[in-house]
Amino acid sequence: MALEVNGVAVELDEEGYLMELEDWTPEVAKTFAAEDDIELSEEHWDIINFLREYYEEYQIAPAVRVLTKAVGKRLGKEKGNSKYLYSLFPFGPGKQACKYAGLPKPTGCV
Amino acid sequence: MAIKKFMFVNRKAPYGSVYALESLEVVLISAAFDQDVSLAFLDDGVYQITKNQDTTGIGQKNFSAAYKALGDYEINKLYVEKESLEERGLTIADLMPLMWEDEDDDYQEKSSIYLVNRAEMADIMATQEVVISF
Amino acid sequence: MAMLHIVNKSPFERTAFESCLKHISVGDSVLMIEDAVVGAMQNTRFSAHIEQALQESSVYVLSGDLAARGLSQERIISGVTAVDYEGFVDLTVECDTTQSWL
Repeated sequence: MALEVNGVAVELDEEGYLMELEDWTPEVAKTFAAEDDIELSEEHWDIINFLREYYEEYQIAPAVRVLTKAVGKRLGKEKGNSKYLYSLFPFGPGKQACKYAGLPKPTGCV
Repeated sequence: MAIKKFMFVNRKAPYGSVYALESLEVVLISAAFDQDVSLAFLDDGVYQITKNQDTTGIGQKNFSAAYKALGDYEINKLYVEKESLEERGLTIADLMPLMWEDEDDDYQEKSSIYLVNRAEMADIMATQEVVISF
Repeated sequence: MAMLHIVNKSPFERTAFESCLKHISVGDSVLMIEDAVVGAMQNTRFSAHIEQALQESSVYVLSGDLAARGLSQERIISGVTAVDYEGFVDLTVECDTTQSWL
């Protein structure tokens, strides 16, 4: 599988996640979002950037529960709930946001 | 679902075999099931949480940072066996500081590591309902 | 006929390393790789075995595997030499034969 970003093919795994973390650019996130008919807002980017920083520090994609708690702590309590995250990422904040952020699928996410 | 006491026992060094990484993945998954999870590090398992791991020379992914995320997963009982460290010329100072934030105590950072001797480790194991050994 | 003995199992977990040291001849070399590198450290339950082996043979440890496990070269047993992959290759060339203790 591959994702075409500005005419360049980026390799994906069998579930549609980036094969190589290093292949990620903001354009990759935009292209993934466009496939889901989503235009990325600043609120989306807050989550995507948070996920990338989390992965950089811990080398894992956080579980949804962990993500929710951390977002609440960092971006404000009103954002630290699954309703808010699902409003941004209707296919599941873990799966969809991690995909946009170029991370592997969260461990324990089916 | 009733909450059970789960213990994951880690007895192998990382990178030379796949056990350490597999254990870590199962531990992270187990966190989704809201069980009472603890980890034991004994024998060569103590090498899994040494500080300053650098895998650039062996071309494998360094997964030691993920142990620092265990606190976020509310896994904050990591029992390390004193004799296992001593037999390997190590002390607790050679291990990564692994912390968790106590929400009920103004997000105070507290250590997840408990240094226990072999007899204490045996007692802790004896109180578990499910023990999974790697 | 010098032989290079390569060990890759922790001496605390398997008997391969100890058995290897009982079977080396004067002038042989021993190289620790993968999980065996934990045997290179000072003040362990196993370090006396290495110190004895150093009397009549050369002992090496692969530096990348030490670093991966957070083990500092400054704390390896005096007389043990840390080598990188190039050093590993040199050893296999210098020795007449090799034996891997699995």
